[in-house]
Amino acid sequence: MLERMTVPAALQRVSLVLIAAAFLATIVGCGGATQDAAAPEAPAEAPAEVTEVVIASTTSTEDSGLFEVLLPAFTDANPEFRASVVAVGTGQALEIGRAKDADVVFVHSKADEEKFVAEGYGYERRDVMYNDFVIVGPESDPAGIAGGKDVAAALAAISQGGHTFVSRGDDSGTHKAELRLWKAAEIEPAGEWYKSIGQGMGDTLTMTSEVAGYTLTDRGTFLSMRDGLELAIAVEGDERLFNQYGVIVVTDASNADGAQAFFDWVVSAEAQAIIGEFGVDKFGEPLFVPNAK
Amino acid sequence: MQVFVEALVTAGRLLVSGSPEFWNVVATTFEVAVVSTAAGMLLGAPMGFVMGASRFRGRRLLITLANTGMAVPPVVIGLIVMMVLSRRGPLGFMGLLYSVDAMAIAQTLISTPIIAGLTAAAVASVPYKLRLQARSLGASRIDEALLALKEARLGVLAAVASGFGAVVRGVGAVMMVGGNIEGETRVLTTAIVQEARKGDFALALAFGFVLMLITFAMNGFLTWYQHSNERYGRA
Repeated sequence: MLERMTVPAALQRVSLVLIAAAFLATIVGCGGATQDAAAPEAPAEAPAEVTEVVIASTTSTEDSGLFEVLLPAFTDANPEFRASVVAVGTGQALEIGRAKDADVVFVHSKADEEKFVAEGYGYERRDVMYNDFVIVGPESDPAGIAGGKDVAAALAAISQGGHTFVSRGDDSGTHKAELRLWKAAEIEPAGEWYKSIGQGMGDTLTMTSEVAGYTLTDRGTFLSMRDGLELAIAVEGDERLFNQYGVIVVTDASNADGAQAFFDWVVSAEAQAIIGEFGVDKFGEPLFVPNAK
Repeated sequence: MQVFVEALVTAGRLLVSGSPEFWNVVATTFEVAVVSTAAGMLLGAPMGFVMGASRFRGRRLLITLANTGMAVPPVVIGLIVMMVLSRRGPLGFMGLLYSVDAMAIAQTLISTPIIAGLTAAAVASVPYKLRLQARSLGASRIDEALLALKEARLGVLAAVASGFGAVVRGVGAVMMVGGNIEGETRVLTTAIVQEARKGDFALALAFGFVLMLITFAMNGFLTWYQHSNERYGRA
């Protein structure tokens, strides 16, 4: 049939058929979707409707794998809610919270979090857990800082020796912690050796391993990626390396009930126990220390 | 919307009194885009010409490969180049990863199939009878080839513009092989991703406007070149 038509007419006919097909597919697809949502998720005590709670958190938290354990446990304890995480840099997570595109904010930058609440974007901030940062570097340790406990001295050795240091450079909690450490050591990090790359912890560790340099990382992400990297922990244990996580319910969140449920649950004994266990079977040590009061 | 206005104002301010970091990003963007488009032209145009102008065994397979090459997601090319240039990869000893050179290599691999495929299509659509006529009037093989190229000029120009567009908007490949290092391998597209991740959407959008301006300027130049040819009867 098409061969007997002129080219423009044939094109028109084909386009009409394609548009009609796409239209039909959309209708059928939508119909199917509503059917699925109406069906119960589990037998017996299934609630009528499961609503989603959106948590804005950081890439380091997600990279550690904690959410894969925590979120299903949250739904088990609160079957009417299902939590999902948007993992970005701390700056963007807080911005998402301000825009109320998330119901909960769960980051690790206490000063920024308190400002968030003070400005009225969140009701209240509570401590949840902490982990620590470590400085990692190549096994060959060109800066000679391995085994040290003084992060300021280590940073001085790195900058004076001009050894490559890779910085997150993305305004994240980790980046801000790094900048605070340079400031405390009274060093201005600048020069060929200082690479600011504006990316997440995973990418930063990958590059650090590739260029055999040093970087500041949270212990959790490093442990979860260690096998694929050629890096080792050089400096750990300095008090200044502790990293506190906080949870905040966003004011006037679209899922206010779900947000409050998550807030209350994550500081409860049950959740704190899960957090305290996380990482032990895989890495031999817990990644986080629960410290909700 | 507030953020769009803010972005436009920021873009204007950046262009008039931008920091050295900003101009470094713009310069790097330009450098990578121009080098990889030029390299793509040098490699792709002759390939495309041969594919389009002559008949030989395997010609159709080559054309299919070129068209497939155009459709490969740039991030896949970036991933492969990264794995090859990594210290663990075969070319790791060259230490090219996270450099502008690596970005240019990846982007050239993206622009070459585009320029080759589109050049082949442009040259193939030159009426065969015209070339036959030229031969019958005494033109040598070289003359005939040059004539075909001249007739296909518009299409070849579109191929180059396409190649430039594809590389200047690349994000995935340049992020992977360049690493978005401030002052070294940061380009406008990777800067946009970074600023968006930080929550500074107005600045990210401003970078986007600057990028579009660059693309507009380049296309304007290419179009002007074509028009000036027509005006002086060189088309």
